[in-house]
Amino acid sequence: MTAPVVEAKAPGRAATKPPAPARRRGFAVHFAHYKWLYLLLLPGVLYFAIFRYGPMYGVSIAFKDYVPFLGVNGSPWVGVQHFQDFFANPDFPRLLGNTLILAFLNLGIAFPLTIVLALLLNEVRLSVLKRTVQTLVYIPHFLSWTIVASLSFLLFALDIGPLFQFVNGLFGTNVDILSDPNWFRPLIVLQEIWKNTGWGTIIFLAALATVDQDQYEAAIIDGAGRFRRVWHITLPGIRSTIIVMLILAIGQMLNTGFEQIYLMTNALNRSVADVFDTYVYFVGITQGAYSYSTAVGLFKSLVGIVLIFGTNWLSKRFNQSGLF
Amino acid sequence: MKIHNTRGGRIFDAANYVFLTLVGIITLLPFVYVVAGSFANEAEITRRAFFVWPEQFTLGAYEYIFSTPAFTRALITTVLVTLVGTLIQLILTVTMAYPLAKKNLRGRKLIMSLVVFAMVFSGGMIPTFLLVKDLGLLNSYWALILPAAINPFSLIIIKNFFQELPAELEESAKMDGATEIGILWRILLPLSKPVLATFALFYAVGIWNDFMSPLLYLSDNNMWTLQMYLRQVTAASDLLGTGNVDPSYIPPEQGIKFAVIVVATLPILIFYPFLQKHFAKGMLIGSVKG
Repeated sequence: MTAPVVEAKAPGRAATKPPAPARRRGFAVHFAHYKWLYLLLLPGVLYFAIFRYGPMYGVSIAFKDYVPFLGVNGSPWVGVQHFQDFFANPDFPRLLGNTLILAFLNLGIAFPLTIVLALLLNEVRLSVLKRTVQTLVYIPHFLSWTIVASLSFLLFALDIGPLFQFVNGLFGTNVDILSDPNWFRPLIVLQEIWKNTGWGTIIFLAALATVDQDQYEAAIIDGAGRFRRVWHITLPGIRSTIIVMLILAIGQMLNTGFEQIYLMTNALNRSVADVFDTYVYFVGITQGAYSYSTAVGLFKSLVGIVLIFGTNWLSKRFNQSGLF
Repeated sequence: MKIHNTRGGRIFDAANYVFLTLVGIITLLPFVYVVAGSFANEAEITRRAFFVWPEQFTLGAYEYIFSTPAFTRALITTVLVTLVGTLIQLILTVTMAYPLAKKNLRGRKLIMSLVVFAMVFSGGMIPTFLLVKDLGLLNSYWALILPAAINPFSLIIIKNFFQELPAELEESAKMDGATEIGILWRILLPLSKPVLATFALFYAVGIWNDFMSPLLYLSDNNMWTLQMYLRQVTAASDLLGTGNVDPSYIPPEQGIKFAVIVVATLPILIFYPFLQKHFAKGMLIGSVKG
């Protein structure tokens, strides 16, 4: 009974498929022709397959009970158990709060400061001054967080640090700024401002350079002063750049920067310092809860993706330019 | 264009210039203090709150750190890992960028979209750690080089740069019988020297500054890099802290911390002018769009 079916199928396949071998042979010719190029491509492709996509496959342990000697494949599935555990854990609201507060402080203080600094630099007509200031404020971006943290440890060192004395003198207090939980967030934002505000101006300065100069002339003729020109011409001129950078910043909100937070965390400020990134490290690497911490990391990544697409959608919704 | 400046405008300009000069100085002050402190003696650091020039000049802190094996080992290790790592990362990036710049290469689009996806989503810290562990790279310097070997941003920029080079160059070389690898080696690479130098510097800065990889992958403190050593030396307030500081460890005197920071910062500051030359032109930002 099956024989006719097979027979009936065979001619049909032969009739419809001839292009396939031809295409395959075409690819073989293409491949042979460009074999050196494919060979050059190989190490890079292997790199992405192993070190970028390997960990993505490894994310599956977020839904398993990872046992090292069973490996990623052999470990038993547990579904969304780790996610349920995490959301039920009292650590979760604390981590979410700490992460969001730091994110909003950076977004609310460091981000506008970057735009303000770019606008001020853009108003400078003395090019020597402009270039010198730019050269200086870009430097901290290239220093490691270890150096930034170490500088903070020295500047705020208990009793002898210059900024310890300055800040305590200012507020009439005598607190160890480095370990006092109340000072943790201001310190993190201060570091972020010192390290990255200058660097962040680059993209805005590039955008400012493209603002149409004729508009300024027209505005001057209309009698617009310096501030009104900035408000009505310069800022609208870089609006799309501001929106794109804001979308990117919101997408990165939960990435508080592992190194910076880890380096500034100590036994006394853990209550405010713990964020998702450092929690994944402490629970995963130091305590060995691999599956649970992977679930926490995955949750963070997924929220990041939702945030970036969400802000992009909102931005388009309100008739502004989006990122994609 | 000469814009007529009002009196208010001139006052604003003056205030702006003063303010920006202050911003520049404030950015610089922590370094000046640390360099001054590294040449000062312990008593002066404790006594004077802030200074930009030591009263008594001493090399004591430097003599001390360069006499300790832990520091010199960390320094030499970091220099070697940075040199080898930069070379490997640059080679991998260029060899991948060149075929991807060929518009008629099949599979190119698929690979590019996989690269872009890898920019948006990553496996995260723990899966990467487990992968490195399974590959047997824990406590190996390869763990500091390979997991971040190709930066997708750099790859795309270098690919776009290759694409923008005139096609006639390659065509005429092909007529002369040059192979693809010959074209890359003899024609494209010499033309791309400034671009490659910039990316080499960025890779080098990345490896030199990396703290997370040695923290994750090197548990043997004889293998520590400079950033790990720096953390150990300066984290005196952190002794109760995060678990990886030896409890029997005695915090070093302030002067030594200053000197270690200066040594860890110096290479960045030396190479900074070369870095700045390129990113100031907007090359890195402008060419991403391409």
